[in-house]
Amino acid sequence: MNSNAIKTAALGLFLLGFALQASAQTQVNDAWVRATVAGQQATGAFMTVTASGDSKLLSVQSPVAKTVQIHESTMKNDVMSMQPVEFVALPAGKAVSLDPHSYHVMLIDLVGQVKEGDKVPLTLTVENAKGEKESIKVEAEARALNTMDHSKMH
Amino acid sequence: MSVSLTRRQVVAGMGLFSLGLLTGCDNSVSLSYKYGKDLSDKILGRTFKLKDSEGNLTTLSSFRGLMPMIFFGFTQCPAVCPTTLARAAQIKKLMGKDGDILQVVFITLDPERDTPAVLDAYVKTFDPSFVALHGTLEETAETAKEFGVFYEKIPSGSTYTLSHTATSYVYDTRGRLRVGLSQSLSAQECTEDLLTVMEVC
Repeated sequence: MNSNAIKTAALGLFLLGFALQASAQTQVNDAWVRATVAGQQATGAFMTVTASGDSKLLSVQSPVAKTVQIHESTMKNDVMSMQPVEFVALPAGKAVSLDPHSYHVMLIDLVGQVKEGDKVPLTLTVENAKGEKESIKVEAEARALNTMDHSKMH
Repeated sequence: MSVSLTRRQVVAGMGLFSLGLLTGCDNSVSLSYKYGKDLSDKILGRTFKLKDSEGNLTTLSSFRGLMPMIFFGFTQCPAVCPTTLARAAQIKKLMGKDGDILQVVFITLDPERDTPAVLDAYVKTFDPSFVALHGTLEETAETAKEFGVFYEKIPSGSTYTLSHTATSYVYDTRGRLRVGLSQSLSAQECTEDLLTVMEVC
């Protein structure tokens, strides 16, 4: 092994350690995006977010969409209502589900079709109670447009 | 009576439990559904005229002989629309051969953004037999009103999303409105009620 390789490996380890440290505060699991058909302008992203201390999910960004918003859907009298929200509260240690039936991330004005199997980069901005901001990068897997939402199946 | 018995046997063979009245097509006796809402006393969807993805004028009578299940939505809908269409595809499978007469019809509430090509590709991702209908803004508003479907644009930054009724409306093969299926029902529950509709027509 030459010295360059060692340096590269050391740098890699350093970056890995840095990434682990940065993501220690907030965990994002099971992130997925619903695939689209060609020409479809928007879709949803879903995941489970767990913060170690009381925090807020402030925003999400993604290179696949010009606009990314956090929406909340509610169902009343079989009417599905949709509203953009300022943030999502992340109580300490609680797994908050961003799913089709509550809060979810809207990817709007897509730059192209999201195909099944694509890895969609998402960057979440989370703010803790002290006002410190943290960026979490995840890769969400694009699942088929006709994916049945399993949390809703009885 | 022998006709009824045969019908009863056929229906029993389908594994249906909620055997209620066995009535003919020509009267509008209400059926009892285990999960859905009986809408047989409502007159909805009799006059809408919309276009399919190829531009053909489509009305309720275009589906005569089939059992239309009509659902309103828009393709940018992140949750309820794909979930309901995926459920519809599952229902069609659960119905087995009887699923051939189930005609899923998706009517866009967002004709400004849902082009016929996108709509067609969208619904056919769920099942190649599904059809999507669209109209002008006025025709869409009239159709929604006729069905008692609520919808509203929600401004969202530089764009908008829609809130809307998530009920699926099911007609019998003679074009008579029968049952409303809520978004909260499972494919299995919907299938049981649809087989109840098939009992009569």
